[in-house]
Amino acid sequence: MSDDTPIPATHDIGGLARFHCTPVEHDEVPPDGFGRKVDALRQVLAQKGLMTVDELRRGIESIPEPEYFALGYYERWLRSITALMIEKGHVQKDVME
Amino acid sequence: MAAPPRPDSLALLDRLMAALEAKGIVTEAEIAERQANTDKASPETGARMVAKAWTDPAYRQLLLTDGKAAAEAMGVSMAGAPPLGVLENTPTRHHLVVCTLCSCYPRAVLGYPPNWYKSFAYRSRAVREPRAVLAEWGLNLPDSVEVRVVDSTADYRWMVLPMRPAGTEGWDEARLASLVTRDALVGVAVAKPA
Amino acid sequence: MSDAPRFAPGAAVRVKDDWPERRGPCHIRTPHYIRGRRGTIVRPLGAFANPEDLAFARPAPKRTLYHVLFEQEPIWHEGKPADTIMVEVFEHWLEEA
Repeated sequence: MSDDTPIPATHDIGGLARFHCTPVEHDEVPPDGFGRKVDALRQVLAQKGLMTVDELRRGIESIPEPEYFALGYYERWLRSITALMIEKGHVQKDVME
Repeated sequence: MAAPPRPDSLALLDRLMAALEAKGIVTEAEIAERQANTDKASPETGARMVAKAWTDPAYRQLLLTDGKAAAEAMGVSMAGAPPLGVLENTPTRHHLVVCTLCSCYPRAVLGYPPNWYKSFAYRSRAVREPRAVLAEWGLNLPDSVEVRVVDSTADYRWMVLPMRPAGTEGWDEARLASLVTRDALVGVAVAKPA
Repeated sequence: MSDAPRFAPGAAVRVKDDWPERRGPCHIRTPHYIRGRRGTIVRPLGAFANPEDLAFARPAPKRTLYHVLFEQEPIWHEGKPADTIMVEVFEHWLEEA
C-alpha cells in the first residue's frame, strides 16, 4: 500500500504488516469459564432485545488501540457489553469501578 | 497461548452480573443454561454434514444452496442463527475462511471458534499470505490450485465442503465423518487421508 | 432499499473509496483493503438490516448484500496470479466499474 493510504480502524487488521512475521499459534485450548460466561451473557442480553451483535462490535471497535491489542478476546467483549449496559441505562456507571 | 483473564476483568464480570441481577434483567441460572446449550455445539455436526454430502447427491445440493436447511435436516436447531453458506473445494479451488474484522464463525455447526481463528496473526495474515499460513500448518497447495480466501464480513457464516479423500469408496457416513476435521471445515487443512 | 438487486452475477464493480472512520464514530463491515478496488459480483446473498445503523440502535433499512470476488495480487502485490479473495459487501458500498 502507498504512503497516502488512510490508516484503517484498529480492528480492521486484514493484511496488517505488524503481524506479517507472527506465526499462527495452534492454540486449541477451549474457552475458559470466564469466556464462556461472557459469551452466554451476550446471547441472553441479545435474546431479551437489550443489545445487538452489531452494537457489541461497535463497542469492541471503540476500545483504544493499546487496550484492544492487550486485552483477551472475551475481555474485549466484556468491556463492550458493560459500556453498552451503561449507555442504555440498564446499570450505573459505578459498575466499572 | 491466550493469556488468562486479568483479575480486574473477573471482578468486572462479577459486578456487572450482580448489577444486572439486581435490576431483574438476567439471572445466573439463565446464563448457566445458555452456556450449557452453547457448549453442546461441536465440529462433529459439520463433519456429519460433509460425510452425508459425500454420499448423498441430493443432500449435497441442499448443503451448497442452503446450508441452514441442510443443518436443520441433520436435526440441528438453527433458530436465530445467521444464514450458513457452504463453499465447495474442487481439484482446482481451495477455500480458506477468515474474519479479518472480528471473529465471525459458523458456531451452530462448528462450536466455539478456536483461539487461533480469533488471533490477530490469523486475522491479518490469512487474507494476505494464505499460502504461507497454510504451508506453516503443513498444507502445500500447488500453483494450479486457486486459493480463494473468504473474508466473513457480514451476515453469513461460511463452512468449507472439503474434497472426499481417495480410497473411501463404500465407506459409511460415520466412517467418512471421522476424516473431516474442524480445520478442514475452515479450510486450513484438507480432509484426512483414508 | 430491499428492492431487486442492482448488480447481477458477473457484473464489474468498484468498492467506494470512502473512509467514514476518519469522519467520526461509525461501524462498517467493508474491510480497508478492498476500498477503491475493482471486483466481480459472484451473487447477491439477500437483503439484511444495515449493520451501520444496527450498531447505533438506529432504524436499519435492509440493504442487498453481495459476494464480491477480488484478485489477491493487485491488492497485496504478492501471491499467485489466480488466487482470489471473496468478501461480503453491501450494495451501498458498490458502484459500477
